[in-house]
Amino acid sequence: MATEAEQATGLTFHPMDQFIVKPLFGAGEVHWYTPTNVTLWMAVVALAIIALLVMGTRGRAIVPNRAQSVAELSYGMVHKMIEDIAGKEGLKYFPYIMTLFMFIVFSNFAGLLPKAFTVTSHIAVTGVLALAVFISVTAIGFIKNGAHFLDLFWVRSAPLAIRPVLAVIEVISYFVRPVSHSIRLAGNMIAGHAVIKVFAGFAAIAAVAPVSILAVVGMYAFEILVAFIQAYVFTILTCVYLKDALHPSH
Amino acid sequence: MISLLQEAAHSVAEHTEAAAAHGADAAGHAAESAGLPQLDVTTFANQIFWLVVTMLVLYWVLSKVALPRIAAVISDRQGAISGDLMAAEEFKQKAREAEAAYDKALADARSEANKIVAANRAEIQKELDAAIAKADAEIAARAAESEKRISEIRASAASDAREVARDVTAELVSSFGGNADAAAVDQAVDSRMKGALQ
Amino acid sequence: MEGNIGELGQYIGVGLTAIGMGGAAIGVGNVAGNFLSGALRNPSAAAGQTATLFIGMAFAEALGIFSFLVALLLMFAV
Repeated sequence: MATEAEQATGLTFHPMDQFIVKPLFGAGEVHWYTPTNVTLWMAVVALAIIALLVMGTRGRAIVPNRAQSVAELSYGMVHKMIEDIAGKEGLKYFPYIMTLFMFIVFSNFAGLLPKAFTVTSHIAVTGVLALAVFISVTAIGFIKNGAHFLDLFWVRSAPLAIRPVLAVIEVISYFVRPVSHSIRLAGNMIAGHAVIKVFAGFAAIAAVAPVSILAVVGMYAFEILVAFIQAYVFTILTCVYLKDALHPSH
Repeated sequence: MISLLQEAAHSVAEHTEAAAAHGADAAGHAAESAGLPQLDVTTFANQIFWLVVTMLVLYWVLSKVALPRIAAVISDRQGAISGDLMAAEEFKQKAREAEAAYDKALADARSEANKIVAANRAEIQKELDAAIAKADAEIAARAAESEKRISEIRASAASDAREVARDVTAELVSSFGGNADAAAVDQAVDSRMKGALQ
Repeated sequence: MEGNIGELGQYIGVGLTAIGMGGAAIGVGNVAGNFLSGALRNPSAAAGQTATLFIGMAFAEALGIFSFLVALLLMFAV
């Protein structure tokens, strides 16, 4: 059906093709160890983060240069976020949350480069990140508070009669957390990139090409915003979950 | 969650395979609906493996190198700023002390000057007093001398007058033919003159 | 253009799920608008609440993303 439409109008929409995982060399099966475009872009992201945070701060200047100010800014932002939301105790997990934030924000931005592959658009990737947060936060909650961690689900401020109902809701919402946490990020990335691709597909028709190019520019600007905000939201929700684990009483 | 997704994706893959198998002639359709790349379970192991590798590397680099360094830089800057502030406070304190010392020196100089002025004034006063006293004494001495001379003069004038009066009386008495007894004349003249000269 | 009835239903379903994203858009707009009106009343308190704003927007948006996901699943996976 789609091919017929393509033949009829000359339009080609393959908005999801940009997310296909391909081996970097040759075209064989994708085994777990195969270097793929995922590997390439994760390496790019890792190198960019290292370039910013390690190379950029090499001068250790009292008066920072640009790279160092950006590094210090991101450090200060995540640091303040954890301190504000999870409290001083949360700062123990600062390196982990900082790693998460830097990885996600750099993946999102790297995905916006033309021809790039967005690693955070894959549910496998964001799912692992969110599950890691979920599992570690639950473990921290039980280690720090023992059985008191279950107070999180037993809302003492509510009347006794509706507490069991609330407990069921709280438990469900607790277990939905990693799902929404991961799908929010991946979904935003998929949606933005797919929409840009769709608009770009319309550029094949000369009459609407200017509009579609303008729309691509607008969406691209919006995606730059979304790329940052989603990384911010992912990190801030991690902090919120961490706060729940550290201080489970409502 | 992952397992759920995997199951879903499995069924998807089976479904599409079946579709591809029995719709082999519609090759374009099969390629188009090959499923969402995100749900292609065969690539999950690959992605998760490389994600774990990347995250471990990043975590190691950040926690061992980058974050301690940035923390050190920031605390160094805080230290430098607070050190500079303290130095500035110290300088301010020093300036305040210097100002106080200057004020003190000024006040000292002023009081010294006052003291010198007072001392000079006292000295001058003393000299003046001495000079005045000397002058007074001199004046008094001169006055006394003058007094003496005046009284001498007066005494001599009185005795002269008595002499003259005695002589004149004696002459008068003798010329009138009387016997001018010297002692009686003297007594008479003196008794007369007592009222006149005093 | 002759497709089967299943595909028709599939595409109609995808179109219907898109309405869900409209709901998410309303929700996010609500969050942002209420934040703005609150922030204009008390600007000094606004700066401390941006994190809450983003969390609220994220929760509202997540449901739209869910409907987007359902659309994708309908489109490609069913």
